[in-house]
Amino acid sequence: MTNGISDTTGASEHAEAHEEAKLLPELVAHLHKHRTELREEWSNRITESHLLSSMTPQEITSETISVYDNYVEVLETGSVEALQRYARDLSERIIPRGVETHEVVSIVLLLRDVLARSLFEKYQDDFGLLGRVLDAYEPAANRIANTVAVSFVDERERVIRQQQEAIRELSTPVLQVRERLLILPIIGVLDNQRASQLTEQLLHGIRTHRAKVVVIDITGVADVDEPVANHLVKTVDASRLMGAIVIITGLSSEIAQTLVTVGVDLSKMYTIGDLQGGIEEAEKLLGFKVSRSVDS
Amino acid sequence: MLVSILRQGNFLIASIHTALDDAELLRFQQDVVAQIGKHRSRGVIIDVAALDVMDSFGSRALRDLAHASRLRGAETVIVGIQPDVAFAIVQLGMNLDVHTALDLEEGLIFLERLTTGDRRGRSTLDVLAT
Repeated sequence: MTNGISDTTGASEHAEAHEEAKLLPELVAHLHKHRTELREEWSNRITESHLLSSMTPQEITSETISVYDNYVEVLETGSVEALQRYARDLSERIIPRGVETHEVVSIVLLLRDVLARSLFEKYQDDFGLLGRVLDAYEPAANRIANTVAVSFVDERERVIRQQQEAIRELSTPVLQVRERLLILPIIGVLDNQRASQLTEQLLHGIRTHRAKVVVIDITGVADVDEPVANHLVKTVDASRLMGAIVIITGLSSEIAQTLVTVGVDLSKMYTIGDLQGGIEEAEKLLGFKVSRSVDS
Repeated sequence: MLVSILRQGNFLIASIHTALDDAELLRFQQDVVAQIGKHRSRGVIIDVAALDVMDSFGSRALRDLAHASRLRGAETVIVGIQPDVAFAIVQLGMNLDVHTALDLEEGLIFLERLTTGDRRGRSTLDVLAT
C-alpha cells in the first residue's frame, strides 16, 4: 500500500512515506471504530437498492457483519486468501437461493462506496491527506471487489459444470426390459457429443446385457441435424455388427422430414411409430408372447 | 497355420487370437475356403473377440472370405466384434456386408437357423424374424 507516493516531490518523500505507512492502520482503526454505524448504513443501502430480495433481513444482517469484518481484515493484512475462501463459501450458500452475479458485485461496490464516503467525511478538512488516504484505500478496495466477484463467478461455473456432468450421466440410460431386449429412451436435445456418448453406452450395453434387440425411442427429441442423423445410422450399423437389431421408435414428423430431406440412407433403419409398437415388435423378434391373464 | 480352424459338426469355427498382418490374413482366407471343401461344411464362424483394432484391409478380407465361402456353399458369421471395433468399422465407411452375431454361442444358434430350411442369402434380420 506504499505505492501512492511515487508522484510526491523528493524533499518530503521520506516524511510522507513514513506517514503513508501509518495511514492504513489509521484507516483500519477508523473502520473498526465506526463498525456498527457503517455496517448499518451499508445494510440500508442494500435494502434501498432492492438487492438480495431472496434473503431474509436477519440473514442479510449476519452476512453483512461477516463480509464487513472480512473486508476490514483484508484492508489490514493485504492478504486476500481468507476473503477468497469466505467468498467461495458464501457463494456456495447463496447461489442455490437465486442470488445473481450483478447483486453480489453491486453489494461489494456499495460497501466500497459507503466506506469511501466515511473517509471523505473524516478527512474533508485536509485535502492532501484525503488524497493519500484514498491512494491507500482504493487499490485494496478494488482488489477486494475483484476477488469477491471472481470467486462468485468461479463458484457459479463450478456448479454449472457439476450439473452438466450430472445431466450427461443421466441422459442416456440403457435399460433392459426383457431378457436380451434393451430400450434407450432419449429425451432432450441430441447434439453431437451426446450422440457419440449414446453410441458408446449402447454398444457396451449390448455386450454386457447380451442384447439381441434394442429399441431406441426418440419421442422426446425435438429435432436432429444431419451429422446427428448420420451418427444414428452409424450406431444402427455398429449395433448390427455386434449382432443386435436396432428398432427406432417415436420419430416425429419433423425428424422424418429432415431425414428424408438430408438424404440419410434409411434402407437399413428399422422404424416403428411408437415405443409400444417397438417393444411389441421386439418381443415378436425374440419369440416372447405377452398375454393377458384371464382373471384381470 | 496361424489361426486354428476347428470342425464342429457341419460348421467350421475359426478364432483369431492375435492381430494378423495382410499376408497372414490372405493365407487364413485361403485356408478357410479350402477347409470348407474338405469338410463339406455348411457354415463358418469367425471369432474376432480378441481383436482390439481392425483396419480396412482386415474388414475387406473378412467380407471377401464370407463371399468366397458362400460360393463354396457355406454361410459365414462374424462373431465377437468389440464395441469400439464395430463403431470404427462403421465410422470408416467400411461396408462389412456379412452376417454378424454377439459371440460364438449366438453364432452357432444363428447358423443352425440359417442352414435349416431355405434361408440362405437372407438378411440377418430375416433370419432372426423367422
